Amino acid sequence: MDEAVAALGGGAKLIAGGQSLLPVMKLNLAAPTDLVSLAGVPGLADIADGGDSVTVGAMCTHTQVAGSGIVQARIPALAAMADGIGDAQVRNAGTIGGSVAHNDPAADYPAACVALGATIVTDRREIHADHFFQGMFMTPLEDDEVITAVRFPVPERAAYAKFANPASKYAVAGVMVAKRGTGVRVAVTGASGDGVFRVTEMEEALEDSFSAEAVAGIGVSSHELLSDTAANAEYRAHLVTVMAKRAVEACG
Amino acid sequence: MPTVTMTVNGMQRSGTVESRTLLVEFLREHLGLTGTHVGCDTSQCGACVVHVSGTSVKSCTCLAVQADGADVTTIEGLANGTDLHPMQEAFREHHGLQCGFCTPGMVLSAVDLANRNSNPSEHEVREWLEGNLCRCTGYHNIVKAVQAGAQAMGGGS
Repeated sequence: MDEAVAALGGGAKLIAGGQSLLPVMKLNLAAPTDLVSLAGVPGLADIADGGDSVTVGAMCTHTQVAGSGIVQARIPALAAMADGIGDAQVRNAGTIGGSVAHNDPAADYPAACVALGATIVTDRREIHADHFFQGMFMTPLEDDEVITAVRFPVPERAAYAKFANPASKYAVAGVMVAKRGTGVRVAVTGASGDGVFRVTEMEEALEDSFSAEAVAGIGVSSHELLSDTAANAEYRAHLVTVMAKRAVEACG
Repeated sequence: MPTVTMTVNGMQRSGTVESRTLLVEFLREHLGLTGTHVGCDTSQCGACVVHVSGTSVKSCTCLAVQADGADVTTIEGLANGTDLHPMQEAFREHHGLQCGFCTPGMVLSAVDLANRNSNPSEHEVREWLEGNLCRCTGYHNIVKAVQAGAQAMGGGS
């Protein structure tokens, strides 16, 4: 790890599974001078049950998270979400740490991290998800900072519902709903160019009554949502409510 | 330029490559293993699927240096001499190909599925093949072939 950190900075970038970085490099949207691979750093691909939380090593692939007995037993919504990322080969290579660090506004993990109240653990500090996802491709990570794990508190109930782009499986709109104690969180990905956001009006309604009907009448403004070839902003706003209802229903 | 060494289809192979060389370029252009195809070059079509250390990945979205030290299997490495691998045999038997361009990736993706699930349902096969596109749209027989191949493999490769 020390060697990896020392090699960063300047024009160098970290590479984990490469499923976001390599396509970006092919498009000339990134041109790092060097790539520093974390593949040889030991201990980054473990999944640990900490009782009230589950810690997922940064280099765990989506396939590992989806197939983990610990994740399936403690946070099945997270396993199911990981199983719906991209396709089988992308899941075999792509990692949770890479996805979180990239913060693609249509990625699934940011919604899971914010809804579940996850903590992003790096080589030098811990950052709560609420302060981590700062907008499209933006995070507070330093140039030479390395995510080592993501720690997810175990919810009472949680579910993720995604309307996926049929070609890429990225979220056109994806909603993770999580209930823990008296608190409920509703986090939306894919709908906004700024990335993941919470819908506090839905959260309050679900805290009063945890049912799909409680969110059925609550819409989000299309004002700041994305319009692209997959869906316009009004349609995305509609999808947010529909996906929120489906996620609540799936919580059982 | 870095030197990479990996086991490809059971043989140790080395080469000096540009750092940016993709695994598929190393396989095709340095080793002459042109059975692995490049369709979209954007990790969508799956024509370039190979196995790296036992799992299927898209070799157009993997650097050769990332596979340094790995055990790589391409379509050329499946058959045992003139005996086709059970998944290849199933594709032949069920006519799971038309033009054949997507076939190497389809077969290697299917073998990975069969290693995890020896009796996949039609739905599970179609879900698994999300990342393998057939421009001939010949999915129907591909799905049949994958199910038959998985059964013939009996859960192991």
